[in-house]
Amino acid sequence: MSVRMLALLAALSLPVSTASADVSLGDAAGRYSIGTGGSSIRFSIAKLGGGGLSGAFGRFSGTIRIDGADVGRSSVEITIFPDSVGTGQGRIDAFLRSDAVFDSANAPQIVFRSTSVKRTGDTTAVIAGRLTARGKSSPEVFTARLDSLKRGTVAFHVTGKVLRSRYGMDVGTPIYSNVVDFDMTLIGRRG
Amino acid sequence: MALLFRNTPTHYGWIAILLHWLIAVLFIGQFALGLAMVRISSQRTAFELIQWHKSFGFLLLGLVLVRIGWRLGNVRPTLPETVAPLERRAAPLVHALLYVVQLIVPLSGWALVSVSVLEVPSVPFDLFVMPNLPLGASDAAEAFWSVAHEWLAWVGIALAALHILAALRHRFLLRDSVFQRMIAPPSGDEPRE
Ligand code: HEM
Repeated sequence: MSVRMLALLAALSLPVSTASADVSLGDAAGRYSIGTGGSSIRFSIAKLGGGGLSGAFGRFSGTIRIDGADVGRSSVEITIFPDSVGTGQGRIDAFLRSDAVFDSANAPQIVFRSTSVKRTGDTTAVIAGRLTARGKSSPEVFTARLDSLKRGTVAFHVTGKVLRSRYGMDVGTPIYSNVVDFDMTLIGRRG
Repeated sequence: MALLFRNTPTHYGWIAILLHWLIAVLFIGQFALGLAMVRISSQRTAFELIQWHKSFGFLLLGLVLVRIGWRLGNVRPTLPETVAPLERRAAPLVHALLYVVQLIVPLSGWALVSVSVLEVPSVPFDLFVMPNLPLGASDAAEAFWSVAHEWLAWVGIALAALHILAALRHRFLLRDSVFQRMIAPPSGDEPRE
């Protein structure tokens, strides 16, 4: 076995660090499905006087398609089930599920569909798309960074800010900020 | 003709009268709002009503403090001679109790939001962040202050009902000056007793 071959095997089997030199979007070409195993979609909303409200969605699914030849032709689609929201405080969860916020009984899905992907670096891209929640659609932008790529699994770190007033969820402003900070770790498995 | 701001030995001045009615409206309004906001089915409306209730509660507390200060710095008008001995003793007692509930009902509400594990900030009329009272937050403390606040509000409204009935008795049955002196002080040109 050549030294080069050994090095390649080592690179494939070791978890890849976030250093951009190790992974590249172009190498990640393929179709991946996002599952909840290992993935997380967390959010936080600042409140007046300091601190904030943070939580996560327990159930979601989606697909990532990465075009190897032209990353710009890649696409992402994610469906979140707002019923699965969790903040660690049952009364807040019930409030978020109610008609005050998600109205998850009548609007069980929150959907994001990308409309354009712009590569901004070796491992980074800006993803624009439409977010639909409670029957209202609005353009939103997220930034994604490819954190690891190994054996048919991609890990992205995605962040973005969403104005909840656009989706009829402005309850509690200005005490609670209109800006929702999203912080997601999306693990995609090939296939 | 000068406006009578301060109390006299026989009459309430405008400041005492204004504070009395502002606080009376706020106190009764807060009671009704408090009952409504926890019974309403829309969670969104409930949230908004609770924030209004907190805002008016802080306003009420501020006015009550001003009122107590004003009361301590003013003479207390004595009741007319015609008022019966029992009422001469009962009225100051009920008034004192009313002062106590005016103060502790809003304070207990402030304690309630301070110990709530939901940690919803209090921002009266969206103007500034009201700090919490330095009490530890816990489910048990929240349950305690929630019961205390509601119970004290009921005591307050029962006292107010008694007080209102007594006032109306003066106005419509006894027809003496007691009710009128909480409406306006005598003006210079039409002396009243
Ligand atoms: C709309 C209903 C009300 C009416 C008709 C009414 C009427 C009166 C009258 C006529 C007096 C003067 C008694 C006197 O001359 O000694 C008085 C005093 C007083 N009222 Fe009311 N009142 C009402 C509501 C309230 C409420 C809701 C509160 C409590 C939050 C309240 C608290 C007081 C207090 C503490 C005094 C004594 C003031 C003092 O001597 O410093 N009243 N009220």
